[in-house]
Amino acid sequence: MHSTNTDITNLEKHLLNDFQHGFPLVSRPFKEIARKFDTTEEVIIGMLTQLQKRGFISRVGAVFRANSIGASTLAAMAVPTDRLEEVATMINSYSEVNHNYQREHHFNLWFVLTASDEQVLNAILDDIEQRSGIAVMYLPMLEDYHIDLGFDLKWT
Amino acid sequence: MKVRLRRPALPEQALLDEQDLSLIDLIQVGLPLTATPYADLGKLLDIDEREVISRLQRLSNDKVIKRLGVVVRHHELGYRANAMTVWNIPNDSVSKLGFCMGQFEFVTLCYQRPRRLPDWPYNLFTMIHGRDRESVLANIQIIIEACDLINIDHDILFSTRRFKQRGAIYRKDNATKTVS
Repeated sequence: MHSTNTDITNLEKHLLNDFQHGFPLVSRPFKEIARKFDTTEEVIIGMLTQLQKRGFISRVGAVFRANSIGASTLAAMAVPTDRLEEVATMINSYSEVNHNYQREHHFNLWFVLTASDEQVLNAILDDIEQRSGIAVMYLPMLEDYHIDLGFDLKWT
Repeated sequence: MKVRLRRPALPEQALLDEQDLSLIDLIQVGLPLTATPYADLGKLLDIDEREVISRLQRLSNDKVIKRLGVVVRHHELGYRANAMTVWNIPNDSVSKLGFCMGQFEFVTLCYQRPRRLPDWPYNLFTMIHGRDRESVLANIQIIIEACDLINIDHDILFSTRRFKQRGAIYRKDNATKTVS
């Protein structure tokens, strides 16, 4: 249905879906993966590198529990429509911002800030408020109810 | 609108030593896509491959690492719609309903967050993905029925534009130091 999916081979689909958690903690992890598909380590490494270049995977790595290291928060602002682009660009300029979305709501700009500690976080939030002249609603995580096993991709 | 609230300290917070933090600095941007990624990380930290692996194992067991593996980008893979769906749940039911919602495969986040009255009454946040708006709405209905949320006030915030999306960098300054 989507053109992006038609170009993905079967092996690529397995790499995308089957190793979102429990990645092998062994000396040659890509060799172990290769063995499952009767191919070579080089093929697997090349394929993952390409999948990353094509933007289908952001990384092969760890997802950390929020606030187990450093500090992070969700934040929201109600930005006048004609200033959205300007304010979003200003927010994106902080390397501590890793997500920034426009959403359909009175609070129309939602971003996630992650920093080494809470002081740095608060300083950036204050900075964003001052530079934009718009209040920032600060919504840190209190409890996590999600057991993250990755995302089951359904191929059509 | 000064609406800050200090987050409570996590009582179960795992103790991390400097080596753990340096390792986290390196793997937050991803494992090197090389034949021996753990040995290569170890070289940068002056520890051997076995120690890298055992530290990652421990961080996973302690749930500091929620998962280790391929992190996909939903939008690029055809999951074009996502809705942050927020719920106003009586305080004494948050944990029960949170765990109920968090179990669905199309839910990628399920967090309790503070209310900000009067502007913001919602205290439970779920991120729900789907190929299009209709499938996201259908997924929300599934949750409402399965977790008995008929009488729970909620709001659905579809994203209309993505200005930025990438993995989090927790310890930027240290990461730069360690790699350089």
